[in-house]
Amino acid sequence: MNTDQIKKIRADFPILTEKVYNKDLIYFDNAATTQKPRCVVEKIEQSYYHSNANIHRGTHYLSIIATEAHEAARSAVAAFLNAGKREEIVFTRGTTEAINLVATSFGEAFCQAGDEIIISVLEHHSNIVPWQMLCERKKMKLRIIPMNDKGELNLSVYAALLNEKTRLVSVAHVSNVLGTVNPVAEMIQIAHERNIPVLIDGAQAVPHILVDVQALDADFYVFSGHKIYGPTGIGALYGKEKWLNAIPPYQGGGEMIQSVTFEKTTYNELPFKFEAGTPDYIGSTALAEALHYVQEIGIKNIADYEHELLLYATQRMNEIEGMRIIGTADHKSSVISFLVGRIHPYDLGMLLDKLGIATRTGFHCAQPLIDELGIPGTVRISFAFYNTKDEIDTFINALKRVVTMLS
Amino acid sequence: MTINELQDEIIEEFSQFDDWMDKYSLLIELGNSLSTLNEKFKTPQNIIEGCQSRVWLNAEMNDGMLIFEGESDAVLVKGIVSLLIKVLSNHTPDEILNTELYFVDKIGLKEHLSPTRSNGLVSMIKQMKMYALAFKAKQQ
Repeated sequence: MNTDQIKKIRADFPILTEKVYNKDLIYFDNAATTQKPRCVVEKIEQSYYHSNANIHRGTHYLSIIATEAHEAARSAVAAFLNAGKREEIVFTRGTTEAINLVATSFGEAFCQAGDEIIISVLEHHSNIVPWQMLCERKKMKLRIIPMNDKGELNLSVYAALLNEKTRLVSVAHVSNVLGTVNPVAEMIQIAHERNIPVLIDGAQAVPHILVDVQALDADFYVFSGHKIYGPTGIGALYGKEKWLNAIPPYQGGGEMIQSVTFEKTTYNELPFKFEAGTPDYIGSTALAEALHYVQEIGIKNIADYEHELLLYATQRMNEIEGMRIIGTADHKSSVISFLVGRIHPYDLGMLLDKLGIATRTGFHCAQPLIDELGIPGTVRISFAFYNTKDEIDTFINALKRVVTMLS
Repeated sequence: MTINELQDEIIEEFSQFDDWMDKYSLLIELGNSLSTLNEKFKTPQNIIEGCQSRVWLNAEMNDGMLIFEGESDAVLVKGIVSLLIKVLSNHTPDEILNTELYFVDKIGLKEHLSPTRSNGLVSMIKQMKMYALAFKAKQQ
């Protein structure tokens, strides 16, 4: 993408012209959440002003168009992930709820004492704690795939961890701390040779990589809307129909039932079986708008441009004496974790903030990984397609100034 | 000096700076000049874990006065630790318990004390007051 295109894109994101502490905002915390284009915010406003009614139940005009918009959003998510059927898309509050859903419902149907779940050392807390809770509940064991010094998973150890007690593998497509893009297609294939299903946590992948759940042959794939320019509080679970049919509902309530008597309740069909209560139809519709926006620009164009930013930033950061980039995988997304000499990440992050640069510091909700690396946390910068090389230059100057102050 | 006089002194010291970076330069200076906590006090009991940085705090009673010593692995946090020690150390438990700490807000460093910041500072202040309460109970 050229400078003019980026300029045009930036104009779609009003927040990018904000000043912080009288400085131009440089937003490098996109792995935590992305900013929203005007069309997404307008969609939310438009839905509330013109088509707000509870869905799937009303016989009136507004309810019908709201229902249509929500179901069109489901089709949009299905198309975005290239799911085989739109019924395989369940709306959730986000990645965390989607993983909890699978851990609870899959765990209920298929797991028992002595069984094992496999995750990796790269996972963030959302893909650790739900499995730990399941393991505690069912007296099971959590096995961990290790990584090498560059932050790449060790696939031969992974293959050796799989055994007849393994019930499910759950790994991140992209690490939120190191940016490592895991070879998930290969990992799924290895698990499938033993008929073990795999959940892929796509929270950090969908905004940057073209995802095709059928080509990957993923059994479950989850992501959050707010990390792909959509609103907070909405996300999706893709699940193969055979699995979603085989596992029990997650929560009970309205919408997910077929008939209710005090003696017995029968459950609705897919995907409604997993969507108890009034769904976030405003959020789903706005998410579809965000996906549309991303598709208009093209994921491939986005990936190429962000890769350019990654290479440029990495090269410029290495000008700084004492620079330690944490995570140097061969295949990396636009996330850079770093430390400089022995300076504490909190100090770096606080001072960068005062110069208008939003970064993330600390454990990044991935404490076991930070412990494994033996460091006090990192500073993380993460790019979106609205970031520029000029911003990287400003960041490098700011970083040099801050490092001098703290050395 | 009373605790409030000490607080006012700090507020005045910081008020000469308009620019954030100057305020932070002073904080870094304060952090760097805080004497390191004796290793024997860096015990698991004295550690206050935050998810961003860690703080160690030691308290002892000397002649009716509570003496605090502390340290942090982040220098900005260390700077604030040094200010908290300057303000609260060498006072009676009653004085410490009856104090409202307003200086952090006044010098514009309140964000370091937001409960979600989890740099250990909020817990440190709580812990300082707990020590005052515990030593007061011991005296009675």
